[in-house]
Amino acid sequence: MITKLNVTSVRVLDQNEALDFYVNKLGLEVGRDIKQGSFRWLTVRVPGDPGIEIFLEEPGPPVHDEATAAQLRELITKGAMGSLVFLADDVRGLYETLKARGVADFTQEPTEHFYGIDMGVRDPFGNAIRILQPAKVAPELQ
Amino acid sequence: MSRQVEDLNRRLLRARDAMDRAYAEPLDIRAVAAVAYVSEAHFSRTFRAVFGETPHRYLQRRRVERSMFLLRETDRSVTDICLDVGFNSLGTFSRTFRQIVGETPSDYRGGHEPMVAPNCFQMTATRPVVAAEAAGAAGAATRSSSFGEAAAVTAP
Repeated sequence: MITKLNVTSVRVLDQNEALDFYVNKLGLEVGRDIKQGSFRWLTVRVPGDPGIEIFLEEPGPPVHDEATAAQLRELITKGAMGSLVFLADDVRGLYETLKARGVADFTQEPTEHFYGIDMGVRDPFGNAIRILQPAKVAPELQ
Repeated sequence: MSRQVEDLNRRLLRARDAMDRAYAEPLDIRAVAAVAYVSEAHFSRTFRAVFGETPHRYLQRRRVERSMFLLRETDRSVTDICLDVGFNSLGTFSRTFRQIVGETPSDYRGGHEPMVAPNCFQMTATRPVVAAEAAGAAGAATRSSSFGEAAAVTAP
């Protein structure tokens, strides 16, 4: 029986730029940062939640040949490579914090729904990120 | 070359996001093209090459999706909903809705209950496929445009 999600990945164009965005802007913390030749195992995670790591994966050798990497980069920048959804305790406050840190690529300002308040933002490469502050009445989303 | 493609994609995605965010406002192609730093003349063609449909059609499908949402979830009149989602004429709204969805706004409302799903899911998953095109009619007819790009809609 599978018991927990451990690692997921988000494909990025540049690991250093991704690190700056996900840590210094979004507020995640660095998990692992291990280099092996040209391969860099770089993960970030929600502070205080070390069980789930997000691998910031840069397409290219040795995992991908150059043509495949180019295709992946095109799809990333079209916003076609999936998304991350986080929970937060104060989405409106976080929105102001992100703006103050220079984040501008919001896909949705904080909006109230029956299930909570959510907002949308893209990382510098085009990946969609949603952040939800669940309403007390929607326990299945907590 | 590849970096240029990626940079252009990213800017066009930003313009697409602007339509998703500001569909209720009277958007014109110049303003949306400006978000992407692409000239008005090239915008429709490059957007279509990257996303498979013109920005005009993308915005129409977004507005119709939002109108479908309001028809399902609220008791607002069809006229109010038409204005809510950024159309400025009931005639254009009804014609566009019928062409994309395949039925009138009132008939759609009669046949659909509220959907219990997160809003972001609804916006992503239920932006309607154009009924006429899905049926193979290929949408070849020239359509009038409130987006100032009617010629581009049928351009090869």
